[in-house]
Amino acid sequence: MCVAIPGKVIEITDTIGKVDFQGNVVKVNLSIVDAQIGDYVLVHAGCAIEVMKQDAAQELLDLFKELESLQ
Amino acid sequence: MNLESIIQEIKTYDGHKLRIMEVCGTHTSSIFKNGIRSMLSPAIQLISGPGCPVCVTPSSYIDKTIEWSHEPNSILLTFGDMIKVPGKNQSLGDARADGARIEIIYSPQEALKKANENPGNTYVLASVGFETTIPAYSLLIEQMEKDNITNIKMLTALRRVLPALDFICSTDQTIDAYIAPGHVSTILGSQAYMDLARRYKKPFVVAGFEAEHVLIAIYDLIKQVSNQRYEVHNLYPSMVKPEGNKVGITYIDKYFEPGPAHWRGLGTMDDSGYYLRQEYQKYDAGSLSLITETDDHVLSSCRCGEVITGRINPNGCPLFGNACTPLKAKGPCMVSAEGTCGIWYRFADK
Amino acid sequence: MKIVMAHGSGGNATKQLIKELFQKYLANQYLDKMEDSAILPSSEYPLALTTDSFVITPLEFPGGDIGKLAICGTVNDLWMGGAEPQYLTVGFILEEGLKLELLERVVKSFADTAKEAEVQIVAGDTKVVQGDGGLYINTAGLGFKKAQTPLGIESISKGDAIIVSGCLGNHQASIMSQRMEIANSIRSDCANLGFMVKDLLKDNLGIKVMRDITRGGLATVLNEIAEVSGTTIEIEESSIPVDPEVDSFCNILGLDPLYMANEGKFLCVVAEEHEEEILTRLKKNPLGTNSRIIGRITDLSKYIVTVKTRLGGRRIIDVLYGEGLPRIC
Repeated sequence: MCVAIPGKVIEITDTIGKVDFQGNVVKVNLSIVDAQIGDYVLVHAGCAIEVMKQDAAQELLDLFKELESLQ
Repeated sequence: MNLESIIQEIKTYDGHKLRIMEVCGTHTSSIFKNGIRSMLSPAIQLISGPGCPVCVTPSSYIDKTIEWSHEPNSILLTFGDMIKVPGKNQSLGDARADGARIEIIYSPQEALKKANENPGNTYVLASVGFETTIPAYSLLIEQMEKDNITNIKMLTALRRVLPALDFICSTDQTIDAYIAPGHVSTILGSQAYMDLARRYKKPFVVAGFEAEHVLIAIYDLIKQVSNQRYEVHNLYPSMVKPEGNKVGITYIDKYFEPGPAHWRGLGTMDDSGYYLRQEYQKYDAGSLSLITETDDHVLSSCRCGEVITGRINPNGCPLFGNACTPLKAKGPCMVSAEGTCGIWYRFADK
Repeated sequence: MKIVMAHGSGGNATKQLIKELFQKYLANQYLDKMEDSAILPSSEYPLALTTDSFVITPLEFPGGDIGKLAICGTVNDLWMGGAEPQYLTVGFILEEGLKLELLERVVKSFADTAKEAEVQIVAGDTKVVQGDGGLYINTAGLGFKKAQTPLGIESISKGDAIIVSGCLGNHQASIMSQRMEIANSIRSDCANLGFMVKDLLKDNLGIKVMRDITRGGLATVLNEIAEVSGTTIEIEESSIPVDPEVDSFCNILGLDPLYMANEGKFLCVVAEEHEEEILTRLKKNPLGTNSRIIGRITDLSKYIVTVKTRLGGRRIIDVLYGEGLPRIC
């Protein structure tokens, strides 16, 4: 499933991490991302596919600013 | 710029009729869940593209998974949304009722544990998906090699998004703009669409999945079309890099190579599939034999191909709501919760 | 010790199982007679009769087990009709290989829940079938319809409020978490709704319809009510109570809380003038603290259920097609 929300990495053992989605902890393969404990990752089919680079709320604010230039 | 003004602009847009394709099923789902269509000006039409891996899987593939599920000592592993997809005569759900051994998983990694615990069984993984999911299959094979696990086989129906988009751009000039698939872009990168945007003079946006993301994507595309700009805008920079996830791409290329593939409703396209490379074919469950199979037996009146490419709305198909409903789907678009026809049937104004 | 086919033979092993396990927890004046049928006293009230079967795996889950579920599910159906549960019958179908300790825990929980619900188990049966250690329960429940309410679906009128008694989806999320090996603290909401409903049936509060929100979830119940009454129901997405943990669980697997099963929640359609009083009574009960008005009956001429979304969009809510399964897409 394309999970739209990121989860927080709370434990890493080798390439497998435990990722917390608001209380739901899932085992996730971290092999294709460079994730540290505390990072938020995007997970798809049991595999982290990206580390989130900024806070979602801040991203939206930045986007609104950017969209001004399209006027 | 704020959300209220964007909502207002989208609602009151009165420029020339705009057709926007959201390529990815997860966007389609978000659009319906959030009631986005009800927030649009009548001059804006959203068209759901071929971005649901389940919907574009050909019926010959389903038949092959059913064959495997009846093999002695073999168990078919699949994602839940494959269960209802119709094959020639049956779906996996029907086969299960006939005693076929089918288990539902949500991650390919689950196969490892099962295979380890039951070495006498062969687990056949119904491996569907786009570039987003393929690294997960690569990681599975890597682990199988490491642990010398031989009782997992993969029946692949893996698809590449770009050749399909190229096909749609080249055959349907009426689509004005594209919302690129969100998580596929995480792997491929936002730059991947630049060539299409340039060649076909169509704007693309990469967007997240919350209602806000979809609304700003639509707003961006309206502005681009109005200003005759054909750029690729990345409106999901927290999760999508311009170059994508290079490690992910390396993992895909290590185990898989492109080849021709049949898309339900669209036909066969060169290089639009991924197959296990020669050295890993030992893990394959007969995927290559499906390349030449088509969906000839699909009812000739089923117009899923035209629905997927946005040429007609679902209610333009004679089967829609009559012979074809979510309970007894004839075509792929009715099957998935996010298939265009399924969504129309469930959510469109009665 | 495990259940074997001999436990269902009717012979010595059957007797022993009944004596040492079922009688130990379920003894009462009706069962103790060991007769083929129970003779019950006649009632001055109309009778409500229901039956249900319970087939859940795993048999024990956070927040309950199949025994508790069987009592709650049966009495809840009676309560929803405005009837006070009195008597239950039970059939236990045991698969060979079922662990006796597990069976004992289930039977004890069944008995304890029955006691809390103030119902008597007046007839019982046990069968053993070949299988894999499973357990199924079938019940029938008899209740006395003492209250005037609910008034019935034909009494629904424009402006009636739709009240939901708490957060949705916990039961199914808890069961699926175990199957999918997702670690969380979600517990099934499995509960006897009588504790809440008792208070609502007093004083004739103009309750039109009550339904427990089980399989198929809220969406299914709303559609049933709208379809049978031929009315339009409009609900507000932001007022639908869902635990953040359950919401996130649904996000991970691509599920919708509106379609998730519950075992301790109900919905009522109530007249506008009583809605505050009903809400106050519900919220006073520990089971109902998250009760909310989620929407209203807005039209009496057309069957449709719609939801107003967070950002002001509108969509239609249909019934569930197929099973709610984890998705890739």
